[in-house]
Amino acid sequence: MYFSDETQKASRKLTEQWQANVQNTLKTNPDWKNRFSTVSDLDIKRLYTPEDLQNTDFARDIGAPGEFPYLRGNQVTGYRGQPWTFRMFSGMGSAEDTNRRWHLLLREGQTGLSTAFDFPTLMGYDSDSPKALGEVGKCGVAIDTLEDFLALIDNIPLDRVTTSMTINPPATVLWAMYCAAAEIKGVPLNQIGGTIQNDMLKEFIAQKTFMCPPEPSVRLISDTVEFGAKYVPRWNPISISGYHIREAGATAVQELAFTLRDGIEYVEDILRRKKMSVDDFAPRLSFFFNAHIDLFEEICKLRAARRIWAKVMRDRFGAKNPRSLWMRFHVQTAGCSLTAQQPYNNVVRTTVEALAAVLGGTQSLHTNSLDEVLCLPSEHAVEIALRTQQILAEETGVVNTIDPLAGSYFVESLTNEMEAKAWEYIEKIDAMGGMIAAIERGYPQMEIADAAYAFQRQIDAGEKIMVGVNKYATEAQHPVPLVEIDEKVGEEQIRRLKDLRRRRDSRAVSQSLADIRAACKNGANVMPHCIAAVKALATEQEICDVYREVYGEYRDPGLY
Amino acid sequence: MPERKIRVMVAKPGLDGHDRGARILARCFRDAGFEVIYTGCHQTPEQVAAAAIQEDVDLVGLSCLSGAHRILFPRVVELLREKNASDITVIGGGIIPEQDFPMLYDAGIQAIFTPGASLDSIVEWVRTHIRGRN
Amino acid sequence: MTQTTQKICAGDIRSASRLIRDLEDKRPEARLRLRQLFPHTGRSFIIGITGSPGAGKSTLADALIGELRKRKKTVGVLAVDPSSPFSGGALLGDRVRMLRHAEDEDVFIRSLATRGALGGLAHAAGDAIHVMEAMGKDVILVETVGIGQQELDIIHHAHSIVVVLVPGMGDEIQTMKAGVMEIADVFVINKADRPGAKQLKTELTSLLNASPHGPRDWIPPIVSIGNLYEPESFAKKTAELMDAVAKHHAHLVVSGQLAERTERKAVMEITDALRACILEPVIERLITDGELKKIVGKIQNRETDPYTEAEAIARRFLNTGKTP
Repeated sequence: MYFSDETQKASRKLTEQWQANVQNTLKTNPDWKNRFSTVSDLDIKRLYTPEDLQNTDFARDIGAPGEFPYLRGNQVTGYRGQPWTFRMFSGMGSAEDTNRRWHLLLREGQTGLSTAFDFPTLMGYDSDSPKALGEVGKCGVAIDTLEDFLALIDNIPLDRVTTSMTINPPATVLWAMYCAAAEIKGVPLNQIGGTIQNDMLKEFIAQKTFMCPPEPSVRLISDTVEFGAKYVPRWNPISISGYHIREAGATAVQELAFTLRDGIEYVEDILRRKKMSVDDFAPRLSFFFNAHIDLFEEICKLRAARRIWAKVMRDRFGAKNPRSLWMRFHVQTAGCSLTAQQPYNNVVRTTVEALAAVLGGTQSLHTNSLDEVLCLPSEHAVEIALRTQQILAEETGVVNTIDPLAGSYFVESLTNEMEAKAWEYIEKIDAMGGMIAAIERGYPQMEIADAAYAFQRQIDAGEKIMVGVNKYATEAQHPVPLVEIDEKVGEEQIRRLKDLRRRRDSRAVSQSLADIRAACKNGANVMPHCIAAVKALATEQEICDVYREVYGEYRDPGLY
Repeated sequence: MPERKIRVMVAKPGLDGHDRGARILARCFRDAGFEVIYTGCHQTPEQVAAAAIQEDVDLVGLSCLSGAHRILFPRVVELLREKNASDITVIGGGIIPEQDFPMLYDAGIQAIFTPGASLDSIVEWVRTHIRGRN
Repeated sequence: MTQTTQKICAGDIRSASRLIRDLEDKRPEARLRLRQLFPHTGRSFIIGITGSPGAGKSTLADALIGELRKRKKTVGVLAVDPSSPFSGGALLGDRVRMLRHAEDEDVFIRSLATRGALGGLAHAAGDAIHVMEAMGKDVILVETVGIGQQELDIIHHAHSIVVVLVPGMGDEIQTMKAGVMEIADVFVINKADRPGAKQLKTELTSLLNASPHGPRDWIPPIVSIGNLYEPESFAKKTAELMDAVAKHHAHLVVSGQLAERTERKAVMEITDALRACILEPVIERLITDGELKKIVGKIQNRETDPYTEAEAIARRFLNTGKTP
């Protein structure tokens, strides 16, 4: 029991008294709103007391940093050991344009790189594909070949900085390019560090950048995990993501539950498919969460995530290595919370969300720029976003002590509540036969669609407020300089591809693609063959077309 | 004579798969009493135009968040024109900076709804602009 | 024939779709156009696809379209989805699963909302089929709303009916009411790679064996179709399904049952038309005259009964020889 009997007794007495006072006050001074709830619609009580933690056991449920259940963090020295990584998601136009932005960000003090690709690259199409019409370089960098990639990482010390790449169906290809680039720059694979997002389950659930059906997608992921465990030990071959699930309209509990259940699905799949024990690969599984605008809901969500995952790894999978029980995650502040109206308000939102991420103990953080509702971030806007993290780290004192909100009646109670609700979802999906089965039935997709619709209805009814949109709106315009990507980027990429196809050894390319095809069919790990293919200057689409050919293309069941 | 039912289509042309808004809009249109053909994401402009004609819709709502609207939205309008279906109204939404509005209006997009537009305002617009014709 | 009906007979999709819309919206001029088209109908092979929601009807329809196109047939598709009883609106999403045919000019896919009709189809479905027939479509697929126990209207329209079942989605045969089992000409066990598929097939087979068959009867074959993402086996099974359906069609022709089915359809059509031309105008007249309200009041007060009133009205409208 968390508090002594005397404390509980005293608390009960005081609470009763306080309740009576509340009733009196409400007679003449009613609350200014009917409901006080989180942005995800969880009701919050007026007051939390020791009674809310009656069933909490300190050692079992809260513990110490670096000890099971890791509620208070994985690292024994917390942010005093090192602050979270300032890792700004960034990509635009051509590889050269992006390289310039990356150097700017590194100069301005960011401590990790994160790559945003354009839609053709995300979907496994080259810039000269008809499907790429109008899309090249528009919302991220266009990467078609290893040559583009080398331009992207020009002058970036791959042995000293870690790079995250937000890429899913073509993850094997982009990772192969990174490995090939490292080799060319003389950096051994066992020294490069970074992450590929490579989480297909959330694509089927929420983000919809898909290529092949679930079964082969998951197989390719297991290849990357196996390859990483053997040859690239400092790399996170997967970033199991909740960010996109939340952006699609899920509640915080749904984000928590579906992400963790996706994690469970991957672990089960890798154990089934590869001759690895859980401790061989679990330490390198990483996660990616959203930091939305409700400060405490997000902090509690992140803490609950750590505790749930530790229990899952120890009890469900029997992991022995403490590092297998750690949940390491990156956070991005919520894009869907930002408004196009009065865009400078977004700086405030991003700050609160970043604070939530930090008080929730994130290992790595991206803060959105104020103009991202309208376009790619301008230099000035991204500078403010980066400074936000730096101010939090250097000026506010949040790094001074570990997990500062532990022990708060409210925070521990809400953490418990969110964990319990997440377990309900996890058990439900278990009963359906797992996440892939649940996806086939449309279960997570429909839960999210329902939540998204309900939220929009609440916004329209004024029950939930977005300042500047449905309350405190003004006619005044606050124009923000907009970044535009020229159509010339697409034209230039097309020209480069034409030139490259002329120059390269087409027999080497065909051979390498044939090797990938064979590996897909006979179950060999595709990664070495991908690396060979990108070195031969096969394009991203050429490799993805092999996957499409062998595995077929996923067809969206169109549930809504 | 019973009133004509309004038939609309909601589509996402291009590679952008962020369909939260499009799906919410589809549901909202249904709740407003329209018949909604939702064709999902990853549509080419050709597919969108062909479907709009086959379904004899009054209006096509296009959603795009990837910046490709400048090319894709006008293309849909153009294709409808080529197939003698210019009477189908085309509206757009998503991440569309205001500076692109004139170009889109010129190309034949009749209204643009960006984040923050209430669902009711969109429904009202459709009712006002379509009902008159029927 | 008007220009519009000429266009439709020439295969113009826009005019056809607009006419279907006019028929759905009950426009008076639509009926005239339908009359003009009628001589050109009755020539297509109509396949009904029905089954529980989630059974994969649309994906199957998509596969059949592909198979039919391989066999060089032109195809019309009517995909029916339910209208919301609250708002009257509808989310018509079946065509999402048939997207790859969107630009094939010889495939015309048209979504229909039920608009309150209860039999699994829309009121205008029969007329819409006629429009597609007049266009010259070789085959028309009609996909019904997910079937429950009452959604059997498809039997009035389709020549061959495919019932789609799926293991593990509450399709235990015991719970299926007689109607659904009786209307099937071909059964499909879809997603047959899922657990429970074998059991479903066994149950189904024993049920079919238990039903009595006459000399001319057709025993519905069961086609098991597995994973959509194993392209070779899926294509093979789709072809097998198409062959089974084609075989059924041939059986109908040879056994004379095709004539029986078209006769059944014609009976339904004339009955519906009579209802539309006689009953509805009478009711409308009674409403506009205010007479219906009075009658209803009298019935509520038990001053009269419905049959007495109806007979009196019938005498009035029929005996005078004037159509209302």
